[in-house]
Amino acid sequence: MTDTIEQPVDDTTTRMNMIQAINSAMDVTMARDPAIVVMGEDVGYFGGVFRATAGLQKKYGKTRVFDTPITECGIIGVAVGMGAYGLRPVPEIQFADYIYPALDQLVSEAARLRYRSGGEFTAPLTVRSPFGGGIFGGQTHSQSPEGIFTHVSGVKTVIPSTPYDAKGLLIAAIEDNDPVIFFEPKRIYNGPFNGHWDRPAENWSKHPGGAVPEGYYTIPLGKANVVRAGEAVTMLAYGTMVHVCAQVVADTGVDAEIVDLRTLVPLDIETIEASVKKTGRCMIVHEATRTSGFGAELAALVQERCFYHLEAPVVRVTGFDTPYPHSLEWAYFPGPVRIGQALKKILKD
Amino acid sequence: MPEESDVVDALSNLKPLSLHVPEPKFRPGDAVDFADVEVPAAGSVRRPDTLAPAQDFTDLAYTMVRVLDEDGQAVGPWNPQLSPDRLRRMLRDMAMVRAFDERMFRAQRQGKTSFYMKSLGEEAVAIAAAHALDDEDMCFPSYRQQGLLIARGCPLVDMMNQIYSNTGDKLQGKQLPIMYSEKRFGFFSISGNLTTQYPQAVGWAMASASKGDTRIAATWCGEGSTAEGDFHSALTFATVYRAPVIFNVVNNQWAISSFSGFAGAEATTFAARAIGYGIAGLRVDGNDALAVYAATAWAAERARTNAGPTLIEHFTYRAEGHSTSDDPTQYRSAGEPTAWPLGDPIRRLKDHLIALGEWDEDRQAAMDREVAEAVKTAQKEAEKNGILGHGLHQPLDTLFDGVFEEMPWHLREQRQQMIDEETASGRPWARK
Ligand SMILES: Cc1ncc(C[n+]2csc(CCOP(=O)(O)OP(=O)(O)O)c2C)c(N)n1
Ligand SMILES: [Mg+2]
Repeated sequence: MTDTIEQPVDDTTTRMNMIQAINSAMDVTMARDPAIVVMGEDVGYFGGVFRATAGLQKKYGKTRVFDTPITECGIIGVAVGMGAYGLRPVPEIQFADYIYPALDQLVSEAARLRYRSGGEFTAPLTVRSPFGGGIFGGQTHSQSPEGIFTHVSGVKTVIPSTPYDAKGLLIAAIEDNDPVIFFEPKRIYNGPFNGHWDRPAENWSKHPGGAVPEGYYTIPLGKANVVRAGEAVTMLAYGTMVHVCAQVVADTGVDAEIVDLRTLVPLDIETIEASVKKTGRCMIVHEATRTSGFGAELAALVQERCFYHLEAPVVRVTGFDTPYPHSLEWAYFPGPVRIGQALKKILKD
Repeated sequence: MPEESDVVDALSNLKPLSLHVPEPKFRPGDAVDFADVEVPAAGSVRRPDTLAPAQDFTDLAYTMVRVLDEDGQAVGPWNPQLSPDRLRRMLRDMAMVRAFDERMFRAQRQGKTSFYMKSLGEEAVAIAAAHALDDEDMCFPSYRQQGLLIARGCPLVDMMNQIYSNTGDKLQGKQLPIMYSEKRFGFFSISGNLTTQYPQAVGWAMASASKGDTRIAATWCGEGSTAEGDFHSALTFATVYRAPVIFNVVNNQWAISSFSGFAGAEATTFAARAIGYGIAGLRVDGNDALAVYAATAWAAERARTNAGPTLIEHFTYRAEGHSTSDDPTQYRSAGEPTAWPLGDPIRRLKDHLIALGEWDEDRQAAMDREVAEAVKTAQKEAEKNGILGHGLHQPLDTLFDGVFEEMPWHLREQRQQMIDEETASGRPWARK
């Protein structure tokens, strides 16, 4: 295990699930910086439908942690205005599937404010939103729209895969002066998911990523994490898929190098390049639909930079180009079989 | 923060601003008293001519149309004078919705499906509207108007098949439970994304008008959903083109954990949203089936005579959790549902029928048994087609149907890949 994470300042660690880690990130930063405000549908008194903001209103008061009207364009537009005043808003969009009404405020406004105002105004927002499937949520509680945001210039996109990463990355995102989309893989809120939906669910209590410092620490944006070193093939993944890849690798005994990207924009191209040049093979795994997904960008980059080191075509393993189905969820999900088959193919080529 | 305000005072001599954040009256543990909910006497609100321009009755957006009084009598100008037979059918439809909800909620708890949403306490809103509209009128509902389907005679088995995502589900398990689509019953495909149906209803109504049709459209959303931009786009289009559409805002006081104050209810009513747009606005007692019927019929007559759109706020109460995923004891007082001043819509219509001498407790009990039995029978029938669960899925190859009319090459390739995966998994699933 290589780890690019610097030592935490306060190293008293506790077992946390990802929701608790995210909650702790907001708690720790709010205590340090009075400019931080948390807002969104049901995030106040109730503490969010996934309980990620539980207890924060009680601790920091209603003007720093508040419920909002149900209008996503309103939430983001208001956050942009608060940012213009000098606050540091952390809006929640209840599900990534409901972020579309906010697209204009995100794409045309938040993402371009610094550029178009000559730096007079910035949008230091961190938009938190649960994303991804595997919970029988049907097409409006399962989507992975990260590729829509990585396509937009001026916004950063971050996706954690463990409670430890979630806290460190979220603190870094909140402190970042540019808008950040922070997608939380809800399938792994309560425990790592290895892709075997028919096996008992695990929780974070035994996973190394479930040990989380209680205090302040950051994981820099733009730094990938090599979660498993290997020689045979590079697997690029993020969020839930990191764990599914790890299980396939454990089951097949393939000596794969698994790179957890953690931040899609800005991307840690050096880590990717070094890994692919070493292994000569690159497989990209994401749950989002395939066409114009972030995997397409990764494939292009690897091809541009590592072409003469490649011993096989770059392979993408993704969700299918259909809406996320309800009952056939597990036929849609890029699980162990799909990844295993792709692994076989790329090693043969 | 005294130091900060001192600074402000010294600089400008102005008082510091403060931010208002709404707070509901009651939280868990609080005793509930709804004395400040203004409930005008039944029959006390005037009923203007349907052809009158919207600005002539702005007062109707701030009061409450009520027909059923405390003694079960139907009174005042809004009394729709319905036949006892119609009243009994409305009563039975409401009871059916309640029995259906009860059973399907339990099915979710038993692990037979992933999700369910009840409409307990709000049954009159959908049922009375369906009775007042023509069956040919087009409905663009939210997820809480299952009553429209039941009133229009959609077979319960079909609804359950959808809830179970089973082999009898004509949506092929593609949608979350209760996100029905029933074109044959004038019921638009339900979206999980709030208020998208509002402008769509206006578009349908504009199309109907432009084609010289006679059918109108009706749409529903919750009070929380009125905050979405689509709500306001819809009202703008509707007023500009005088679209033959009825906007229903179901104000059940709560949007998941957020009380109506987060949609603006501290400052005004939802019916009053209509005024700024020049649209007719009515506020009705949503637990009074006759008031809902009368308001809908009035709005329908306006729409059918090209007099323009109407927005109806149905003042009601969400008596249970938002959905099977919700626990309302976390954020509101458990005393609210029973203290709600407008009562139970089923009991109120029942009392009215009894007062008319057209009904009695025995018949009510027999009807309750009969609807419960009908729901149970339908459930048994539906479960023959399977329940949601691993191993009883839709035929695998249906996953790719319906993305496009014709399947492009990349989807054909992906479908083959999926079938190869299934073969490799050694656990073949059901096929078409
Ligand atoms: C665009 C969008 N944002 C958020 C949600 C999540 N959500 C589902 S229902 C709901 C509350 C809606 O409340 P209300 O409009 O009052 O309707 P009710 O549930 O009370 O019938 C929320 C926030 C959603 N489905 N779609
Ligand atoms: Mg509501």
